[in-house]
Amino acid sequence: MIKVENLTKRYAGITAINNLNFEVEKGEIVGFLGPNGAGKSTTMKILTSYLPATSGRATIAGFDVFEQSIEARRHIGYLPENTPLYTDMRVGEYLRYRANLKGVPGRKVKSNVGDVIELTNLREVERKLIGALSKGYRQRVGLADALVHDPALLILDEPTIGLDPNQIRQVRELIRNLGGKRTVLISTHILPEVEIMCSRVIVIHKGKIRASDTAENLLRNQRTAGSMRIEAKVGADNAADDFLKLPGVKDVTTDQDGDYSIFQLKLEANADPSEEVMSLVSRRQWALRELTRRRPTLEDVFVELTHSDS
Amino acid sequence: MKTFLTLLGREVKSFFYSPIAYVVLFYFLFLSGFNFYTQVSIMNGFPTELTVVEAFFMPALFWFPFILSFPLITMRVYSEEFRMGTFETLTTAPVSDVQVVASKFFGVLVFYIILWAPTLISFALFQQVTGRLAANAAGSYWGTYLLLLLMGCFYISVGCLASALTKDQINAATISFTSITVLLFIGFLPDIMNVTAPAIKDLFSYISAIQHMQDFSKGLIDTRPVVWYLSMTALVSYLTLQVFQYRKWKA
Repeated sequence: MIKVENLTKRYAGITAINNLNFEVEKGEIVGFLGPNGAGKSTTMKILTSYLPATSGRATIAGFDVFEQSIEARRHIGYLPENTPLYTDMRVGEYLRYRANLKGVPGRKVKSNVGDVIELTNLREVERKLIGALSKGYRQRVGLADALVHDPALLILDEPTIGLDPNQIRQVRELIRNLGGKRTVLISTHILPEVEIMCSRVIVIHKGKIRASDTAENLLRNQRTAGSMRIEAKVGADNAADDFLKLPGVKDVTTDQDGDYSIFQLKLEANADPSEEVMSLVSRRQWALRELTRRRPTLEDVFVELTHSDS
Repeated sequence: MKTFLTLLGREVKSFFYSPIAYVVLFYFLFLSGFNFYTQVSIMNGFPTELTVVEAFFMPALFWFPFILSFPLITMRVYSEEFRMGTFETLTTAPVSDVQVVASKFFGVLVFYIILWAPTLISFALFQQVTGRLAANAAGSYWGTYLLLLLMGCFYISVGCLASALTKDQINAATISFTSITVLLFIGFLPDIMNVTAPAIKDLFSYISAIQHMQDFSKGLIDTRPVVWYLSMTALVSYLTLQVFQYRKWKA
């Protein structure tokens, strides 16, 4: 559905994206991750023909976004960052206008608009001025606009920004339900969102792709691994050194809480020394209060991949 | 064509979404009514060779609101889209740049026609009430309103260009007001500068809007101004298209 080849964009002296290559297949929901200024929005703007690329090419459903821009744009439902809308129009009126503009046949305008209004729960504000709506409603109007011509591809630039937790959940649910039928490219820096919604993640940093895989694979393959927390009554023993001798333990930090000592074990990739820890504890007869293993999260992956100049 | 009509519909309607349409319409009708009343009163007191139509379209009371209307009706066409960010939703929809630029221009033109149409009522009323003609011949109306349309096209295209240059409406209004004033009064330049060379005088009278109005309101339809206004409209609209595309590529 999306094919990006050697895409580069330079603004006066700054390289926003640098030789980007990726593909998105039909029906995928792809999360586009990266810190602010990584080039997410720039890439999306090129895909929607809002900006021209400096070099390289991109196609949407086989249409070049520059050479066959209008055809390419017909296949895209785009929600730009900050959801710009005509604040002087009413919700229903705006959606009908956008449907007409995007070439929905006259007899289907009414049903398409009705469908997206149902889908995005806008029925109660259909006759209100967009300018009078709250941020959450506006976001949904933007989403309804992106969906109104039943596009094969949705490009959503930070669709959940500025929403309250309930609204975020609704939008996520909505996007997840779109998958399968439609292809979705969604940019965000809210990481749990990606794990919930996306079938694949593309991490971009400083205009380059750092990783492109499913969230599970990214977690499995990443280098910074998890940690382990142990709270135990260790008495006079020098427990920290004992823990450090266990296989897979990189570092130990110690803290005190009354009679109990709290140890934080930093582990090597894919290491799980819980059995060794247990046998050590029982051998020394320490009173154990807590033993928890913290798995690495997508946040750890994200930080590792995008940590300044790594 | 459907896309263009959709865009055009939104452009025309957008005037009436905001109070600006009503304010401009009110002030415009008020001033043109006042102008009409003044001219007829003067003609009542002093004999003149002018017809009512000629007298109506000659004084500053006509030219002043005429010039002022263009910045007011064009300043927001592009600026507003830039400021609100809707430029992005507009240009990522499957519409061509030419469609957008044309719809903006014709949208303002439609409103401009709505603005001027009611002045015809004044003349109709005059004929009804006094039983006399407001102009010597039908050509006088045709000429005057044709010229209004032509000048409108040119100055609207200038206003649109000004609006495409900035995202601040006030800037847009200032640029278009200054440009249109200069364009309108440039015909006076040889008189002010005391230039007597006939070639220069001819050149300036060729582009003098006030001269055009004097001719056309008599019913003298000269093709030279027609060519001048239409070609200038095309040129300025083409420039607007270039600015529009440049902005899009640069943004």
